[in-house]
Amino acid sequence: MLNIDHEKCTRCKVCIRNCPFGALSLVGGSLHVNELCTLCGACVNVCRFDALSIERKKASPEELARYKGVFVWAEQDEETSPRKPRKVVLELLGKGRELADKLGEELVAVVLAGPGEVDTEVYGENGADKVIVCRHELLDTYSTDGFTNVMCAVITSKKPAVVLYGATPHGRDFAPRVAARLHLGLTADCTGLEINADGQLVQTRPAFGGNIMASIITPFNRPQTSTVRPNVFPVPGKYIGSSIVEEIFPVTLNRAAIRTRVVERRYLDKESGVSIEDARVIVAGGRGCQKAANLELLQELAQKLGGVMAGSRAIVEQGWIPHTRQVGQSGTTVGPELYIAAGISGAIQHVVGMSSSKTVIAINKDPEAAIFKTADLGVVGDAVEIIPLLAAMIEEKASS
Amino acid sequence: MKIVVCVKQVPEVTNVQVDPKTGTLIREGVKSILNPFCEYALDHAVRIKNSVPDVSITVVTMGPPQAKDVLIRSLELGADEGILITDRKFAGADTWATSLTLAEAIRTVVPDYELVLVGKQAIDGDTAQVGPEIAEILGLPQITYGVEVALTSTRRQVRVTQEVEKGYEVIEASLPALVTCSKGEVVRRAPSFKDVINARNKRIRVVSANDLHLPEEQLGLQGSYTQVVKVFPPPAKKSNLLLQNLEAADAAKEIFGFLKEKRFVE
Repeated sequence: MLNIDHEKCTRCKVCIRNCPFGALSLVGGSLHVNELCTLCGACVNVCRFDALSIERKKASPEELARYKGVFVWAEQDEETSPRKPRKVVLELLGKGRELADKLGEELVAVVLAGPGEVDTEVYGENGADKVIVCRHELLDTYSTDGFTNVMCAVITSKKPAVVLYGATPHGRDFAPRVAARLHLGLTADCTGLEINADGQLVQTRPAFGGNIMASIITPFNRPQTSTVRPNVFPVPGKYIGSSIVEEIFPVTLNRAAIRTRVVERRYLDKESGVSIEDARVIVAGGRGCQKAANLELLQELAQKLGGVMAGSRAIVEQGWIPHTRQVGQSGTTVGPELYIAAGISGAIQHVVGMSSSKTVIAINKDPEAAIFKTADLGVVGDAVEIIPLLAAMIEEKASS
Repeated sequence: MKIVVCVKQVPEVTNVQVDPKTGTLIREGVKSILNPFCEYALDHAVRIKNSVPDVSITVVTMGPPQAKDVLIRSLELGADEGILITDRKFAGADTWATSLTLAEAIRTVVPDYELVLVGKQAIDGDTAQVGPEIAEILGLPQITYGVEVALTSTRRQVRVTQEVEKGYEVIEASLPALVTCSKGEVVRRAPSFKDVINARNKRIRVVSANDLHLPEEQLGLQGSYTQVVKVFPPPAKKSNLLLQNLEAADAAKEIFGFLKEKRFVE
């Protein structure tokens, strides 16, 4: 419930202007809140007269203090042997190290894997104090039920303060399941994490398609859990030669516990199935490319730069490229060294998916296009004309 | 056979703009719509209904009273009845409290459901958490990112084509089960005039906090584990170099020079 202290309220209307939901208004000269209120707290933050408050539950600090350590789910790249973690895991270890140091607690990587060989050294090299390895033949490939059961067992037994998952398809599939089973708060798709003065994890994430940012805490239960966007935090890789404590966690799991089964796999060929998430160079097309055939020009440029082609939601909806190549809020977050946006207008939903790119070049006919605000170099012009000329220049340079 | 589809009313976020002076959302003229992913879920339900006999679709939403609009739209698109879960006590619910309320309402109002379909995420919050959390609370197997949803010939399992990073996997689970739907090949349908007229004769039931067997401290903000402490505009973007009025060849030359300077070409 939002409480309004009408004695303190000066009817300055600042809260009304700042409410993202249009839930506040002046009715008969006094401030009124309607049913659109989601208790997001935007009004409480801006009120200078202390007239607004939200009742919140409190938890005992002793109870919370029993939970210690920052745990990172070390999602394995199922294509590797010995098994190595995905890149996002290293990014989480880097951020996790910062959080663990601030808390004065351990950083622990949690590996769920099959009986095959697993690279555990990599966790020490990226800042972890310890790796917990859970092995079972049923963990060799991902399943919602298998991974949920084992992760819940680890959390219940080890009582960490923080658990971080990469916001990958699998992370987003089972993290909510774990949270619901253990009655935990879970914040999705975080782009910022820090520890505040009270030792709480402050999780920042975009909402409304990236139009606003929200900071979220989990004040009265532990662990605090988050899924974190790939390509937001840097890979540490600065603890080369560090040793790591390895703990084998006993797993009991039977086939009947896994209630889904894969009856067919239809993988795309390697070229079109290549992951844009880990690409170093991305050439992305938008509506301004005019037709599907023109994407070949982008593909050619991408090849010459050692990269891959991707696109905006607009061209995915046209069916020009598969959804696996979509950059943006409802697609993939990318963070390449170089991002070339060709004929992309730069809607905020697209920009949140590529704004951590190191260098951005944008080509668009419209000088007012929003994409130029994100670009290091913007060129007003027709991408369909410019891209092949550029590809030819690179080709010429390479052969001379 | 009963299929439950959970839907959400959302602002059309592609049109949401930030006021450059105050840094807050400009709300005027922003329409409320049925979340597109929920519409895909409903579309899958209607396809199942059209392919096998004796299927009825119950569409469930939680929100303020005006969320009724998305139920009406869902009835026009082929659902058979609507459930509006609305109460001031639900305000401020995070994904957990939302999932608990929806799950409890499904259990109470549609106890004989066999399949629950939801959108993979809502375009305002983008969490993708409510589907899996409902599945866990109801004790159901889940399949996320579905692009095709069908019943097997015995009608005891659901078969889902799931979008994965490498392409697609076809997955089966025994009913009752929950499936979250992403886009796939589904084309959104517009309701016909007849659909609109038919929808007027369909029932919408209203469920309030008193109708659910949940203690009040588990509802809304009280029942939420996460709390929003601050809302603020995204950080301003870096300043940049914008070149205009160049011939295509000169533009290509400029970009080439830039790539060379940054060592992307040798």
